Amino acid sequence: MSDTHAPAHRPQDLDDAIAGGVGESPLRPDGTLKVRGDFAYSSDLWAENMLWGATLRSPHPSARIRSVDIGPALRSPGVHAVLTAEDVPGRNLYGLKDIDQPVLAEDVVRYRGEAVALVAADHPETARRALDLIEVDYEVLEPVVDAELAAHDDSLPKVHPGGNTVRYQPIVKGDPEVTADVVVSGTYTVGMQDQAFLGPESGLAIPAEDGGVDLYLATQDLHTDRKQTAAALDLDPELVRMTMSGVGGAFGGREDLSMQVHVCMLALRTGRPVKIVYDREESFFGHVHRHPAKMYYEHGATRDGDLVFVRAQLYFDGGAYASKTPVVVGNGTTLGVGPYDVANVSIQGWGMYTNNPPCGAMRGLGAVQPAFAYESQMDRLAEALDMDPVELRIRNAISRGDTTPTGQVLDYPAPVAELLRRVRELPLPEAPAAGAEPDIRDLPGGASNTTHGEGVVRGVGYGVCIKNICYAEGADDFSTARVRLQNVAGEPLAMVHTAAAEVGQGLVTVQQQIARSELEVERVNIHPNDTSVGPAGSSSASRQTYVTGGAVQAACRAVRERLLAITAERFGEPAAELSLSGGKIVSRESGVLADIAEVLGSEAIEETREYHHRETFPLDERGRSERAQVQHAFSAHRAVVDVDTELGLIKVVQLDCSQDVGKAVNPESVVGQIQGGSAQGLGLAVMEEIQVGEGKIRNPSFTDYLIPTILDMPPMNVDVIERGDPNAPYGVRGVGEPPTISSTPAIVAAIRAATGRDLTHVPVGPEHIIG
Amino acid sequence: MRLNLTVNGRAMTADDVWEGESLLYVLRERLGLPGSKNACEQGECGSCTVYLDRVPVCACLVAAGQAQDREVGTVEGLADGEELSTVQRAFIDEGAVQCGFCTPGLLVAADDLIERVPEPSDAEIREALAGNLCRCTGYEKIMAAVRTAAERSGGTSGSGSSAGGDRT
Ligand code: FES
Ligand code: FES
Repeated sequence: MSDTHAPAHRPQDLDDAIAGGVGESPLRPDGTLKVRGDFAYSSDLWAENMLWGATLRSPHPSARIRSVDIGPALRSPGVHAVLTAEDVPGRNLYGLKDIDQPVLAEDVVRYRGEAVALVAADHPETARRALDLIEVDYEVLEPVVDAELAAHDDSLPKVHPGGNTVRYQPIVKGDPEVTADVVVSGTYTVGMQDQAFLGPESGLAIPAEDGGVDLYLATQDLHTDRKQTAAALDLDPELVRMTMSGVGGAFGGREDLSMQVHVCMLALRTGRPVKIVYDREESFFGHVHRHPAKMYYEHGATRDGDLVFVRAQLYFDGGAYASKTPVVVGNGTTLGVGPYDVANVSIQGWGMYTNNPPCGAMRGLGAVQPAFAYESQMDRLAEALDMDPVELRIRNAISRGDTTPTGQVLDYPAPVAELLRRVRELPLPEAPAAGAEPDIRDLPGGASNTTHGEGVVRGVGYGVCIKNICYAEGADDFSTARVRLQNVAGEPLAMVHTAAAEVGQGLVTVQQQIARSELEVERVNIHPNDTSVGPAGSSSASRQTYVTGGAVQAACRAVRERLLAITAERFGEPAAELSLSGGKIVSRESGVLADIAEVLGSEAIEETREYHHRETFPLDERGRSERAQVQHAFSAHRAVVDVDTELGLIKVVQLDCSQDVGKAVNPESVVGQIQGGSAQGLGLAVMEEIQVGEGKIRNPSFTDYLIPTILDMPPMNVDVIERGDPNAPYGVRGVGEPPTISSTPAIVAAIRAATGRDLTHVPVGPEHIIG
Repeated sequence: MRLNLTVNGRAMTADDVWEGESLLYVLRERLGLPGSKNACEQGECGSCTVYLDRVPVCACLVAAGQAQDREVGTVEGLADGEELSTVQRAFIDEGAVQCGFCTPGLLVAADDLIERVPEPSDAEIREALAGNLCRCTGYEKIMAAVRTAAERSGGTSGSGSSAGGDRT
């Protein structure tokens, strides 16, 4: 049924090379702890004498705070502290790009769910009840709830003093006014998606004797958290020590601060360890979501199917605080035509403040929304031209040497057409035998027994996407690795220390593999992530294997150089003639010289290196840049769906993917990323939407916000190709995000093929099919 | 209140339990067994799945008092000392663990399935695990892990675990 093609591992140059290096699929080092239930996630932590923290949140999307009375809460038994904005020791503002969000609201609240006050108590229930005793007098205001309106109607209230636009970016290429033989247009909307990581936001803060604080937490980026937290606490960053605990998924939702400053404030005030763990409802209010978007598109082509122009206006609703909105606008506009070669482009993107829930990073950042629109447009265009939709895509596919809408020349492989051809060739599911009674569990509606096959129509659809990898537009994007090689009981042991967050993606395994390949030692330990080593940046933008992988490679090579220099001196051989193999040092002339452990003796070799990827440059006011983004990744999906056309129920029968990963450092993990990413794209296609009405989330629970279960996720054929990027370490290309992007339009295209409906909104619900 | 129960074969006592606490809270916060997870605390995700008198339940939906004098089996009890159970081993080998937050609940649910249905079909696996959410894997490798565990158990009863209490 399902079939997986991962590249076979490359035979190493030497027979006795160390197993488990780059290109193989060793098992993850934290697997045993995780299956035993012994892996300590941030919500599992416990300390002697620990208190529980809780957060009071605004019930209104927009209001002025007239007064806050904490007296009754403070007097309630078991309560040890109640804190408000007045108690924030330092800067009461934080943010990833624009520093615009209060740690605790002062005179206004800008979204329903904004933190207003904190409690520490001896039991979580005591803390929750104390929240009810805090009296906040609000003057309720009219919220701004429509991003498109906010972009053009100056009479709306200003959510922030500087106005409602977070970022406006146009991209112009060629002649934006050009005409074409065939023109199709459409308006598309994408609902607000939630990362829905399973491990709730949580942290344990322990006040230290030096006046600082130790915070154990789950995050995507320790150093950025620390910088913001230290500023809010008015502490030297050195006194804010952060250590990574187990992270129960992230997907972008842990880039912004949640409980970090709050829990530290409570610990410093009470002088006791304090733990905060959000429940699922609070988690929906406590982190940013994927930006909902409204997108107007117009595509023009020749009668032969060559794209002549793409014009689009994209509106992203950033909600109450900026978070990653500037980057979403940057990615959305620069990638807005998709992986196609288009001579004439005019795209405008707006990222707006409103009083809706704040939106920020989620897997596929800013590239997910336009992909749904431009792929829907490609299908429309194919229909208008009476062309095969895959052929139309192949005909216009971008490839190496082509120029993007921002003027960047792709100087690395861009095998878009190849991916489309390959995904089309993957095996299709067998049609049910004629006359055989279908298993109702395989049909739309499943065990609820809504159909036995009558009214069920099958459809097939395709989607392909482009995603930029790493930080862009001039950001200095780097990571740091410290590698220590020493002799432990006669065996060489490498220790890799970075701050790069393992959020489930398997970065720990990748780091081990790189160290094994570079140092030819079997035993590689990964030091816990903390802030005692330099920054790694965020586990986002599909960037860690690229940048932290690059840093580990560089640090290992520095260690190797020193080891070979020591050996060269000791044995009187030129270092250039020496290499490492299977735990030994080998001379080209005289063969094996010594065991690595022997040469190390009681000395350890330690080196720290930073890896910076090629420079990128900002966009100018027309959206031009020599190199706005360092790398692009591509994936193509084919979806097969069955739709019960009478009830509007959808069953995704099969979802296949071809993706270029440059170099599969760990082929099995790559496949796991593609499967997991595709599932999140399926969620956006047919089920996941945070319902927001008048600025308020209506479905903050897993009862009402549905994510795919094992019944919803079909078998997948996964086809991985490796067209190495000569600029990247080992040729790697970011893996995590593309499959989340191209799966959604493929599934919707399949539903269109089955139903003939337009389907301009995701997620697609029954009302769109039978309405 | 005072709560007496057996967890993974050991008699345990928790004092000063507030009657609103769930079995999940008692396991995680009072008995030092945080292996069972708390992804929703509303009975929707299965991350807290434990055996209660050998029947899998969502520990977040069980009031602590309901566990009085009963036998609880958690993920921490699946392995036989150093020896991982067949299901645990298969989850590692098949790459079914990414962040791992769903894993404890899935392991208990899968362990129960293989105990009841030694050679489950794919449809039976999907049905049995439908209450366990995983956000990372897309479930393909979880399917593979359960198939592998069933195969390795050789269709004989049980998967070599002791989490269900006294079945051996
Ligand atoms: S925590 Fe119990 S079902 Fe989710
Ligand atoms: S592995 Fe992360 S939720 Fe399943």
